[in-house]
Amino acid sequence: MRLARYLNSGGAARAGALLLAALSLAGCADLGFINPAGPVAAAQRDHLWSILWWMMPVVVPLFVLLPLILWRYRYRGAGDYRPDWTHSNQFEVLIWGLPVIIVGVLGYNLWVETVEMDPYKPLPGGEPMQIQVIGYDWKWLFLYPEQGVSTVNALYLPVNRPVEFELTSASVLQSFLIPKLGGQIYAMPGMITKQNLKGDVAGDYIGLNTQYNGNNFTDQHFDVHVVPEASFDAWVTHVKDSGAPALDEKMLAALQVPSVPEAPDLFSTAPDGAFEGVVEQAMVKGTCGI
Amino acid sequence: MSDWYWIFGNLKWNSLVFFHAFESPSASEEIAAGAALMVILGGLWLVWLLTVKGWWRPLWRDWLTSPDHKKIGIMYVVVALVMLARAVAEAVVMRLQQAVAVNDPGFLSADHFGQLFSTHGTIMIFFMAMPFLTGVINYVMPQQIGARDVSFPVMNAVSLALTTAGAVLVMVSLVFGQFETGGWTAYPPYTGIRFSPGEGVDYWIWAVSLSSIGTTLSGINFAVTIYKERAPGMTLMRMPLFTWTTLCTAILMIFAMIPLTAATAMLALDRYAGFHFFTTDKGGDMMNYANLFWLFGHPEVYILILPAFGVFSEVIPVFSGKRLYGYTSLVWATMAIAVLSFTVWLHHFFTMGQSANLNAVFGFATMTIGVPTGVKVYDWMLTMYRGRLRFTTAMLFSVMFLVTFVVGGITGVMLANPTVDFATHNTLFLVAHFHNMLIPGLLFGMIAAMQFWFPKAFGFRLDERWGKISFWCWSIGFYVAFMPLYALGLMGAMRRSFEWYQPEFLPYLVVAAGGALLILCGLIALFVQLWVSVKHRDQLRVPAGDPWDAHSLEWMSAAPAPEWNFAVIPEVHGREAFLEAKRDGTAYLPPERYEDIHLPAHSAMAPLIGVGALALGFGLTWHIWWMVAAGFIGIWAVVIARSFVTDTGHVIPADVVQREHERWLELVRNTPAVDRGVEQQSENLGHAEAVI
Repeated sequence: MRLARYLNSGGAARAGALLLAALSLAGCADLGFINPAGPVAAAQRDHLWSILWWMMPVVVPLFVLLPLILWRYRYRGAGDYRPDWTHSNQFEVLIWGLPVIIVGVLGYNLWVETVEMDPYKPLPGGEPMQIQVIGYDWKWLFLYPEQGVSTVNALYLPVNRPVEFELTSASVLQSFLIPKLGGQIYAMPGMITKQNLKGDVAGDYIGLNTQYNGNNFTDQHFDVHVVPEASFDAWVTHVKDSGAPALDEKMLAALQVPSVPEAPDLFSTAPDGAFEGVVEQAMVKGTCGI
Repeated sequence: MSDWYWIFGNLKWNSLVFFHAFESPSASEEIAAGAALMVILGGLWLVWLLTVKGWWRPLWRDWLTSPDHKKIGIMYVVVALVMLARAVAEAVVMRLQQAVAVNDPGFLSADHFGQLFSTHGTIMIFFMAMPFLTGVINYVMPQQIGARDVSFPVMNAVSLALTTAGAVLVMVSLVFGQFETGGWTAYPPYTGIRFSPGEGVDYWIWAVSLSSIGTTLSGINFAVTIYKERAPGMTLMRMPLFTWTTLCTAILMIFAMIPLTAATAMLALDRYAGFHFFTTDKGGDMMNYANLFWLFGHPEVYILILPAFGVFSEVIPVFSGKRLYGYTSLVWATMAIAVLSFTVWLHHFFTMGQSANLNAVFGFATMTIGVPTGVKVYDWMLTMYRGRLRFTTAMLFSVMFLVTFVVGGITGVMLANPTVDFATHNTLFLVAHFHNMLIPGLLFGMIAAMQFWFPKAFGFRLDERWGKISFWCWSIGFYVAFMPLYALGLMGAMRRSFEWYQPEFLPYLVVAAGGALLILCGLIALFVQLWVSVKHRDQLRVPAGDPWDAHSLEWMSAAPAPEWNFAVIPEVHGREAFLEAKRDGTAYLPPERYEDIHLPAHSAMAPLIGVGALALGFGLTWHIWWMVAAGFIGIWAVVIARSFVTDTGHVIPADVVQREHERWLELVRNTPAVDRGVEQQSENLGHAEAVI
């Protein structure tokens, strides 16, 4: 009977909920930044867990004491009854002090990490490779100005080499995210943003636009291939020699038409000024998918 | 432009949703047509019911034209419950779609899915949460401070009319045309005229504008009422906590709704008049919209949550049989939250590319909100400490709120960190987080409020058995539905996805869909509870007015309370005014003398303005300019006509007040006082034996 009343008070649901939460977090498949393939994602994951641990001093007392209180002070229970007890200096110090300390620590941590992991800040490990990214409806164009190649929906990155992305959008607000590498930044028409990333585990991953932009929003994902340096160079040579078309005005105009490419496209050039041209065009003529 | 443009604007025969179901039948179109049919049949059923029962006149005379804050409050809650039903149904459809859409298009069209998440969010925030809390505040706050009504009773009715017009506009969008697909935030340039040329965004703009104007008026009304109408002796630091949270909410409403109204007005100018506030070209800047929207949007979060905090601060002490722990701390914490809520809006777009220091400032500000919120949680826990806890439905929802809200708080502190936000922005982690805040922090609060104050409003309690069934479905359903979304978000699953390409997501999505169905059961149980309670109202009645041995002034009258709330305005000597009166033995004493009571007169102004606003909104949406003109002129004609009405009140003679009051006092005397052990049984007639 007592147990039934206790169950009624929410104890079982809590236990179940915590279990469920733990399972959810532990059981993540090998996807996302909590299974990182680069230093940015790894740092973000570590930061996430460190916040979770730092929260424990404030939340564990609640999770432990609340069920005890519910049980001990239930109606007709054994606990003493002090209906007029409404203040205690010791408790006040504790309930204000503890969160202030924790938030102080976490806040300091937040500041350090935020400045340290500024997406505009180049990552250690040598001169970053430049990649320009343009979001279209519903595909991504990647320009490799140093290598002189471009692709649609296929991003090749040499492993362990820092990369600096410059992003803009040729349609509406978009948001660039490669979950396994971490980081996320908006791509906005008429504006340029930057994101520094690095892949340190070779593999094939998915990249996304996370900002809803119409019916084919979910189709706007791209393949990310983090490959060894030699394979990357071989890939660049292959694109140049494979007879892939040049990325000319006509091709750029064709990209403006909303579409979902069936397979990634490759181009044998990355013309100077193409990226800036898209930014400028957005400011002068606006963007329009239709 | 068709020949009929001057009459029908852009509205065409094929704007009717049914048209598509006939022309290109598919599951998606049939669901849309079914929803439209439900709106129409629901409307027809209502008309039939009102006609058969002969309720048209009472509806108009006693409710629609009433300036009584209690009736306005109840009508707000009715609007909220209707909209809640629709928005939960939409959520279930979306969860089912996502669960079957792994490498499969599922049963909805992408466009339909876009409309679903947009209406779900818009309704839940503007037409479920806002009316619900505004209704509860309306019902409770004036009685809690010992007032006879709000300061501007007719304006109060106008607020309700505007909000309802907005809600009707969203409902109408089920039948005529499409809603927008840009989400409840409707970010341009996607919602600009180039990318969303149809009527969908216009529906959103006008529905939200009506709601935000109504809410601004409510905010002014509540703040003025609290400042000016408190009973003698009720100093600010003697106000019940719910009144305190109402005051903070009202202040937030006054300041936060304006940026929203400005943003929707500017978006409308972009769309209708070729302006360039948020376009990409000609100097427009879409991120200004993001700034304005979240300058509203973040305080809005606390507009939603603070009233629920107030509810818990009333429910927990009452069902703990104990005075509230840490009143002063709770007041300061509430004020701190209200102030801080204006300093954090940028955390909704850490990913815009601004400097790291700027992000750090807003991230840190966001995190500091954790302090007062944590204090509150501890205060409620310490209120239960050394109490005698009675687990009624209202109390169960409050306890479940505490636990669940803390889980959401943890993820909230995580998301306050720009670094973590970069990885989880726009993912289901975020979706899980804000549902984790708003379902316990708003909805559980409102459901608890309904369970708690329903007997005050209608004179009978709600059925506890169905209440508890509903509680379990909501609670378990919440965890089953949203914990998997956290995991999905960490794995990089985007929000607003109508289709998936990662088979790993499937088990999580299926579980989440199951959770959504449980929540639906919880909602149905809530409606069954209402029905069962009405049916068994004779066994549940509590006419003496104090079914819970409560603490604050609103319980110091019959249930339901007379139109004038208090026969004589009570004198307040402490924080728990009614509790102290019960202890002193002064709660049920007849006053020395009675006086005439002046009350606001009924007025047709509000419902007429509501009709005008609906015409205005619908006309603007479909470019039916004569309707726009009629609505606009109609509204102002009513306002001007009203300004000539000099007799805006009516008087309740002292002897009527006396008769009514003495009847209640006699009823209390003849009602056996019961102890809390039988609180949930039919012996409880609303006269509490003092425990404390």
